[in-house]
Amino acid sequence: MAVSNGNSVMSKGNFGEVRLEGVTKIYEKEGVSHPVLQDCMLHIPKGKLTVLMGPSGCGKTVLVNLIAGYERPTSGRVLIDDTGVAGPGPDRLVVFQETALFPWMTVYSNVVFGCSVQGTPKKAIKEKAELILKKVGLYEFRDKYPSQLSGGMQRRAELARAMINDPKIMILDEPFRGLDAMTRQLMQEFYVGLFEEVGRTNLFITHEIDEAIFLADRLIIMTYQPGRVKAEIEIDLPRPREFHLLASPRFMEIREQAIDLLYEEAAKAFSSGSKAAYDLVGALVAQKGACKPTCTPR
Amino acid sequence: MKKMKKIFTVSTLRGLLSIILFVVLWQLVVFAKVPYLENLPYPKDVAVHGVEAVQSKTYWLNWEISLIRVFVGFIAAQVIGIPFGLAMGASKVFRDFTFSAFEMLRPVPPIAWIPLAILFWPTRELSIYFLVFVGAFFIVVINVLQGVSNISVSLKWAASSLGARPKDVFWKIMVPGSLPSIITGMTVGMGVTWNVLIAAEMIAGQGGLGRMTWEAYTNHNIPLIVVGMVSIGVAGYLCSMAIRWLGEQAMPWKKRF
Ligand SMILES: Nc1ncnc2c1ncn2[C@@H]1O[C@H](COP(=O)(O)OP(=O)(O)O)[C@@H](O)[C@H]1O
Ligand SMILES: [Mg+2]
Repeated sequence: MAVSNGNSVMSKGNFGEVRLEGVTKIYEKEGVSHPVLQDCMLHIPKGKLTVLMGPSGCGKTVLVNLIAGYERPTSGRVLIDDTGVAGPGPDRLVVFQETALFPWMTVYSNVVFGCSVQGTPKKAIKEKAELILKKVGLYEFRDKYPSQLSGGMQRRAELARAMINDPKIMILDEPFRGLDAMTRQLMQEFYVGLFEEVGRTNLFITHEIDEAIFLADRLIIMTYQPGRVKAEIEIDLPRPREFHLLASPRFMEIREQAIDLLYEEAAKAFSSGSKAAYDLVGALVAQKGACKPTCTPR
Repeated sequence: MKKMKKIFTVSTLRGLLSIILFVVLWQLVVFAKVPYLENLPYPKDVAVHGVEAVQSKTYWLNWEISLIRVFVGFIAAQVIGIPFGLAMGASKVFRDFTFSAFEMLRPVPPIAWIPLAILFWPTRELSIYFLVFVGAFFIVVINVLQGVSNISVSLKWAASSLGARPKDVFWKIMVPGSLPSIITGMTVGMGVTWNVLIAAEMIAGQGGLGRMTWEAYTNHNIPLIVVGMVSIGVAGYLCSMAIRWLGEQAMPWKKRF
């Protein structure tokens, strides 16, 4: 594990890359097999922020579980820096879809959990923890329990709990879902700022198109049933990013392109009767309509 | 000052009123000689017997006897039941070996164990401890088991990603994660425990609040029966309060402020 030197919370370098080679994941339900992912090829490059999008139920969380090592692919290989994933480990840390802070531990105990079970000396833990708690603005709240924090604070605590271990890869599964619009926007800016400071390989999952484009270096769009990569878009918006970008013509252009790709998939999900997909189609149709005039000036 | 104000809220006043109304109704029922209830003593008679009782040594000795029986049986049920339930929750092999037998015995009402308990244990005291134990044991185990299975898988995953070994997951996730259910099991178990204890004392006991009430019946001392009933109610209530207090101490994260 990389050692952090006193004043820098997160060390640079030692980032990992992820490769999925022909990964298939099939679940058996009442004797019927459901292929969720089929022959999925995916590359998540070093030090980049890759955003994965796709309609609800297309297998994004399953993909996370495979990379994190919670589940095994039915066939194919998941590689971290050319080594097969054998199980969960602190080199790949996950910020879960719903909060996974330990409710019976204070913010401080949550944040230092990884270090303390790995046997880091107490004094070193304390220094690191205080630094990172200040970084995410939770130092004053270190003795509170998760249930006493707001949604945004919980998300930051979870980010801190992961970052303190300096993982090679950070995986965030719809981390800002359920936050109110204002908090969500602030969290996006906070998170993108962290990423721009540290680098690190990030896999960020969302089904919100603006969030995806705002954050991403690369945007991957997944297909629905079977789950596979449909398209990859390089997002060449300049960094550091801040919210004015959302109104820029380049942002609109990329957004239009992504919506067209997503629309096909969402419609497929819709016709197969997924409720979540229905919501997505509704949202996309509205967006398409509203977007057209501003997006086609030429 | 603020605290004093809080005690006398509208709803506590209503609560007091409900007790007064109850006593008045009681008085009326006895006074009117309602059929089948004509043997009921006046509230005043019960109060007189009550005051008499609390001044006697034997009354408090009966309290002591009952409380000791509850605590021995109840604590034994926790000491054996909690690890048993955790082991069932943590190990599928252990669960496979124990669950069916456990589920076969669980529906047997604890009171139905009385004859066997009296026959098998060398002293009456031991058989009462055992009955109290049975009353709490099954409830504790089933609650712990449910507590363990309710722990969200993402918490276990998060822990193992962060480098926790199975031993850490057990002690730092499973045990605290099932604590709310353990406390629930204790609360329910404590209620059942008093039920079983009183039945056991009436049938088999020497001394204790249940026996005291039963002997009041055989002596046809109706006011003392009521005093016994009220005492048992108070004892059960105090024990429940103790468990609730314990729960609050053990789970500081449940407090919100
Ligand atoms: N453990 C499981 N057992 C059976 N089916 C599962 C399991 N996990 C996920 N699935 C199925 O896989 C599909 C994709 O789920 P998921 O990855 O959670 O979607 P999302 O893209 O919204 O994160 C869903 O249809 C879901 O029902
Ligand atoms: Mg998901």
